[in-house]
This record gives sequence, structure tokens and C-alpha cells, in this order.
Amino acid sequence: MISREYAFSLNGSSLAPGERLLEIADIALRFGGIQALDGVGFAVAQREIHSIIGPNGAGKSSLLNCVSGLYRPQQGRITLHRRGGSAELVGRKPHEIARLGVARSFQNVELFRHLTVLDNLMLGRHTRMSLSLLPALVWFGPARRQEIAHRALVEEVIDLLALQPVRHKPVSTLAYGLAKRVELGRALCLQPAILLLDEPMAGMNAEEKEDMARYILDVNELAGLTVVLIEHDMDVVMDISHRITVLDFGKLIAAGTPDEVRTDPRVIEAYLGKDAA
Amino acid sequence: MSHGARAVAPAAGDRPADPWPLDPRPATPTTGTFPHRLAALAIARATSVALQEKRYGIWHPITWASYAARVRDFAHGLAALGVRRGEVVGVLGDNRPEWLIAELAAQCLGAAVVGLYPTSVGDEVLHILDLAAVRVVVAEDQEQVDKLVRLKPRLATLEHVIYYDPHGLEQAREGYLAKFTEVEAAGRRAGKLRPGWLDGEIAAGNAGDVAIICTTSGTTGQPKLAQLSHANLWAMAEHLHAVDPLHTGQRYVSFLPLAWIGEQMLAVACGLAHGLTLAFPEDAATQRTDLREIGPDVMLGPPRIWEGMLSSVQVRIDDAGWLKRRVFGWAYRVGDAVADCRVRGEKPGPRLAAAHRLADAVGLRPMRDQLGLTRIQHCYTGGAPLSPDVFRFFHAIGVNLKQIYGQTEICGLAVCHRDDDVRFHTVGTPLPGTEVRIADDGEILLRSASVFAGYFRNPEATAAAIDRDGWLHTGDAGYLEGDQLVVIDRRADVLTQPDGSRFSSAFVENKLKFSPYIEDAVSFADPGGISAIVCLDPATTGAWAEHARLSYTTYADLAGKVEVGELIAEEVARANADLPDAVRVRRFVILHKQLDPDDDEITRTRKVRRNVIARRYADIIAALARSDEAASVRTTVRYQDGSVAERALTLAIRAPLAPDALATRRRRPVWSARVR
Repeated sequence: MISREYAFSLNGSSLAPGERLLEIADIALRFGGIQALDGVGFAVAQREIHSIIGPNGAGKSSLLNCVSGLYRPQQGRITLHRRGGSAELVGRKPHEIARLGVARSFQNVELFRHLTVLDNLMLGRHTRMSLSLLPALVWFGPARRQEIAHRALVEEVIDLLALQPVRHKPVSTLAYGLAKRVELGRALCLQPAILLLDEPMAGMNAEEKEDMARYILDVNELAGLTVVLIEHDMDVVMDISHRITVLDFGKLIAAGTPDEVRTDPRVIEAYLGKDAA
Repeated sequence: MSHGARAVAPAAGDRPADPWPLDPRPATPTTGTFPHRLAALAIARATSVALQEKRYGIWHPITWASYAARVRDFAHGLAALGVRRGEVVGVLGDNRPEWLIAELAAQCLGAAVVGLYPTSVGDEVLHILDLAAVRVVVAEDQEQVDKLVRLKPRLATLEHVIYYDPHGLEQAREGYLAKFTEVEAAGRRAGKLRPGWLDGEIAAGNAGDVAIICTTSGTTGQPKLAQLSHANLWAMAEHLHAVDPLHTGQRYVSFLPLAWIGEQMLAVACGLAHGLTLAFPEDAATQRTDLREIGPDVMLGPPRIWEGMLSSVQVRIDDAGWLKRRVFGWAYRVGDAVADCRVRGEKPGPRLAAAHRLADAVGLRPMRDQLGLTRIQHCYTGGAPLSPDVFRFFHAIGVNLKQIYGQTEICGLAVCHRDDDVRFHTVGTPLPGTEVRIADDGEILLRSASVFAGYFRNPEATAAAIDRDGWLHTGDAGYLEGDQLVVIDRRADVLTQPDGSRFSSAFVENKLKFSPYIEDAVSFADPGGISAIVCLDPATTGAWAEHARLSYTTYADLAGKVEVGELIAEEVARANADLPDAVRVRRFVILHKQLDPDDDEITRTRKVRRNVIARRYADIIAALARSDEAASVRTTVRYQDGSVAERALTLAIRAPLAPDALATRRRRPVWSARVR
């Protein structure tokens, strides 16, 4: 009998909802004379959708890059809390950070365009596979069992994101909105502790945006994942976020619930100019 | 298949011997209930596959034995929730094994089941559940449960909602919600405490009990609830079997709503009568590929399914290379010539037969394979008239498509084409045990053992539908041509031209819908001739626009493009070439939206509600009648969150391309299944 419940938890973090999952403290990042981030610090709690907003050049993507290890900040600490103890992320290599459970998507589609959706998702399981070369090559015994187990998890991701119709299609043939959804799926296949999404809705039409917002909510509500989101569309951010952090010129200028942020004079000033505030 | 292109029932002699004692011929059950039959199948065919569902990319089988066991568990569970004999249980969801388990379980207890279309919303759901005084509803998922939770305060009788897809419902707190598997588990425990009790309940059922309640399609007014007994449905299955023998283990893909009589008729009634294996697709969007994976032996579809298949073929051939187009074009012409002989019951000559064998190998069989129809033995279209051109296409590629005709009130089936005698303009010959009479006013009257028991709690409507002698008044007009029935159309749809000539709107509309770019069309008779409202097929027209390097955002944007208007003007001109001069389309409008059942414009089975269209688009129809240049419409868009926005739009009124201009068109026309 098929169980309609999912057999796998896609959430790699076992902290209780509300506990601090990711702590960013006093981060500073300089490129030559440019101060991209200046003393930024905040915490992301387990099971929330936490959005980072700010005008262009505010340092949002730089901050995500610091978390995922692509940039190394000159100052500050980034801590990922886990059941078994905490891990300091600054100074680690990106693949180590991915292994610790930090998954991310990029602003543009970063998939293997000529592979199918299924292959791309199976690649998302790469960090969780442990194979010696020979069994993997001839695909017998443990290698086969392992691949089947991974496929079962990948199929649940396909079900969650409704990717069944495109399962065997090459990514290059997919519409943009769908390709972004596949990218979200691949990040989920990591069973991450935290999911970082860098402008997942950039360049989408209204319908695609609505779909993506729906799937982000599903990932958060059904799979229980903590999501850090950078997004420019204020309507979406205000609709789906639990907490919002606002950056401007590398500095944190406001933080709080959508309602608090919406009425904060510093935020209005940053977005609309001094006179409006 | 060794029959060449023919996909017809093998003669009785070469049918594989059926090893099990429930061999259907001639033993279609005429007594007992569905649960009786299930119990027999669970013994005779214990380890054979009864149901299979694709999930997580794999087909998961359920054997007859475990199907019956789950039905028993769930029946105990329903009994614990207080379901009693004579009651009605509602089911709201897509086709899944749980749908049938719920149905059979309710019938074990002597209750009937009413299916609701999963796309139904608000008042529609309310009307049906309220009318049937439903206390227990089995719903699929969060989406369906949310509808019921919203309606609960207005549904005095509703006590329990059982859902089978728990995603998103983990936090649900409403006390009346229960998980399907929990009801089953509770039922299993209850069953152990009183062994034999359920057997008594099942034995107490008899064929005259109401098995299912089907909503009538309701192109006019609110749907009524037709009560069909086990005996009605067995009679239908037996009559069909006498014409087209089904045998156990044949595959059937169940993808049309189980709330529809057509699906209940074949998937459930014939499925149980003959032990068919049902397959449930993974998702609405994967139906085509799942259909191809299963390769069904038996299939039923309303016209839109067959029209959709043809459209996809036309577009894909158009995309194919020169060689493929030539090869298929030749194979198709041969297939068409052979089909022409066969539907008249003649044999093709030796040269044609030889050519046909080659054509089948290089063009026709691959086409059937692409459509998932390689194994098809019996396939039917029903629910609405299908254009003769579409019929012709399927016969030419070797698919023995037949029309069935019947109302919900007669289990959906009373008249059917016979092999080798498929006249495209008729609906065929009455089934054995079925009488047809044409009333003095031209109305078709039907009488058989399948005529229903009456509408639920509506004796007036019942009296209007069945007369004292047991004739069912169909509301359709028609005449007999020899022994074949010709249905003119629903009487309301027969339009009269100013010059007194009468025409059936469906005739004109079907010609228009033959274009792969036109999904729906509604025609009107105006003083200046026929005019039409046209809706685009967004997939094919969208693909065309991409080829033509036209960028567009939404359906409304696409429909408003001048180039699309020219394309449709050309397509309408092609349709006109096939129409008698008096009923040629003079003007048309491309509607800014698709017809939508949520807006009541079409029924859930996609039949056009002309009265709604006439009311809602009165301005457009008036502008067409006046031969204006354009029609302006104000539309209110209702979003699913309840908010409403109003927009003003101007739709261009166009004339079809002149016939001589059509001849000089340089654009290669889409490959057409019409052989001239």
C-alpha cells in the first residue's frame, strides 16, 4: 500500500521551531575601498521565512555569499546551530558548508542544462552519496540499493514541487519559472538545515511568481524548512515572510515583522528618499 | 498487433480462453450488488491486479484481494461513523484508489455514493451535498478539505470529512476531520470485534438498491441527482458486453472524473462486471504519458480528449521534417481509403490492402503508439457530438472509435456504433435490450432496464423524465435512419436562419473546432448570417506564436494579437469551405478568455451552456449582429482569494479570409486530417 505521507524529512535540522538556527554577528566585508557589509548581525530562527531586503547594492547577495562560503568576511562570525553542537562557517570552504546543511540557489539558473530534471535532482543528492568507484561503476549491490533509496527521496521532492510532468525532460527545454522550481528542488534534495534563496522570482511574470511563492510556502510549511530569502518584489516579501531584515549600504537599518518594517521611517527613507520620510 | 491497423474486438473464436470461473460471457452479473461482485473477484482473482496507481514515478499495484480487504476495513470505519443503509456518502477528489474504496465501502453498508467534480467550487458543492443530505464526505486533499471547511457552517447535515492526502493537514484542528488510513485502521479493529457482521450487511444488499447518484450535466439550470441502482448498471454492462465483449484483465486508464456517469459506467460497473484492471495517472498533467505507458485495451473519452489528441498530432506533424511529413501524409491517405471501405463494411481490394500493410508499418502504427492506442480494442466517444472529421482521423490511423449515446438517466449508454458499421453522422444502433422511439415532436425516447430509479427527492422532475410506460424523455431531438439513430442536437441548439433554413449550431461549431488553433466555438444566427465567438487553444496557438516570433504574456494578450486574428480568419475560411453556403460563418470574435466551468460557461464535462454565454456576452453578440467593427466588454475577474477586479476590453470583430485569398496564401497550412 502506498503511503501518501512522505517517508523522508527534507528538513536537515532537528532544532525545535523558534530556536536560533543561524546567527550572524558583526560581519564586515570589504572589496578594496568598498565596504560591502559593515557590522551586520541578526539571527534566523528555525522554521521561519526570513527575508533580506534592501535597495540595489545594499549587500544582500554579498551576505548570502558569506554564509555559503563564496566570500570570506574580514570580520565577524556566522554560526550554524545544530543538535550536536554549533559550527562556525566563516573560513570554511563552500562544499564543507553545503555538507553542514546550508543549501542555496542563485539569481540565474545554475543547472546542468542538458541533463533531465531527474538527473539534476539526483545530483543534488551527491553530497549524501558515499560510494567506492567499482560498485558505482558496475551498479550492483550497495550502489544500486543506495541509488534506489536516493531516488525515493528525490521522487518525494518531485511530488512536493509538482514536477511529475517534466521528470524526464532536459532542463534546457523548460520555461524559466519551471527551471527555477527545479533549482529549488535540487537544493531541497540536499535535505538542508537551512535554505538560502537569492531572488528566486527575478524575471518571472505574475503567474510564475505566484507559483513560486506557493512552493516556498509549501517547502516551509509542509517540509518544515527554514528559508532565507532575498527578493525585490515587496508584495511577495510582505506576504510570505515571518521576519524581515533591511540592509542599506552594507548596514542593517531595520529588522522585524513585515508590519513593523513596512512602517519603519528608516526603511521608507532608504527606499523612497529622505523627503518621503 | 497482427490485425494490421485494425483495432477491433477479435472474433469470439480467437479470444484467449479465460481460465477463471467468473468468465464474463455470458455471465455478466444481473443480480447482486457491486460489493457482491468484488467479493467474488477477491476469491477468483485474488492475486491479479485490480487497481494500479502511479506515484513517485512507479506504478503501484493493488490486488483484488487487498482491494476487497481495504473496502471491508473502510466499510467498518464508515459504519463506526454512523453511515447507515439508504444514506448518501459524498466523494470529492481526483481519481485514486481511495475513491473506489470509499464507493464500494459505502455500498457494502447499503449506502449510495455521490461524486463531486474536484474542480467544483462553492455553491455547486453546497447544492449537491445539501440536496443529498450528505453526512460523511471523503475528500482528497487540503484543497478539497478547505472547500468543505468553508461550507461547513452552511451544511447542517455534514458531520465527518475524511481525507486521504494528508499534506498540509497535519495542523488541522477541526474535530470533524479524519484521516482515511485512520478510519481504515479503526475499521479493521472494529471488524475483529464483530466478525461476520459486515458479511450480513453485504448480503442484505440487493440489486435494486441505489448504487450511485450522478449529477446530471445541467446545460440548463442546476444539476439534478439521478439515482442509479446496481441493477441499472449491471444491465448497461450486460448490454454493452453483448456488442463489444470485454474480458478480464483488460486495461483501462481512469482519468476522467469519477463523478461523471461515463467513468462510473466503464471503470466501475464494467470494471467490476468483467474484472478490468484500472490504472490511475500520477497527475492531471501526466495523463498523456501515463496513458501511453499503460496502453489501455478499452477507453472512453468525451470529444475534447479526441480533439486534443488530433490537435497535438497536427501540430507535431507540422513541426516534423519534410520526409516524415511526406511519409505520414501518404500512409494517412492509404489509411483513410481503407477506413472508408471498412466503415461501410466492405473489404479493401488486394492492392489497397498491400499498400495498407506498408502504410501501417511506416506511418499508422507509430502514430497509434505515440498516442498510446496500440493495444486499444474498444474505444468510445460520448457526452457530446464529435466532429465527423475527428472520427475520420482515428479510423484512418486504425483506431476503431465509436460513438455512444445516452444520458446519465440511462447509465450513460443506450445507443452505440457497431464494428464495421460506423457512420460518422449517426450515434449507432440501440444496444440489445434497449428500445428507441421518436416522439411526435421529434424527441428521442429510450427504454431499457438501465433507466434510472428517479431523481433524488425530486418526484416532479422524475415524472417529467420518465412517463407512465417507462420511456425516458431525453430532451434531444433526432430521427432514425434505418436502424441507426441520428441525434440532431439538443433541441434548444437548433437555430433557425432568417430565410427559414434550420441548422444545428454544433455542426458549425465542430467544423470550426476542427482547426487545431480553436478550442471552443459558439455560433449564432444573425440577420446577416452566422456569427461565432471563438476561443483559442492556448497550447497550439501559443506554439504557433512562438514560431512566428510573436511575444505574448497572457491568453488575453495572445487573443488580441492582430496576427492571431489573421490566423483564425484563415482557419475560419477553411472551415467555411466545408460548410453549405447558408451556414457559413460571416463574422467572428476571438474571446479574451477561455470558457471556464468556474464561470458556469461550460459544464464540468465541457459542454457549452448557451444560455449563460448568451447572457454574459450579450454585448458581443449584439455587436456581431450589428456587424460593428469591434465589441467592447467589461469583465469582472474574480480571483481565487475572493477579490474582484474590473477591466474594459475591446475585441475586434473580424471576417473570415475570402476564399480566393485563401487559395493564394503562401503560409503552409497545418497538416490536415481532411483528405480531399
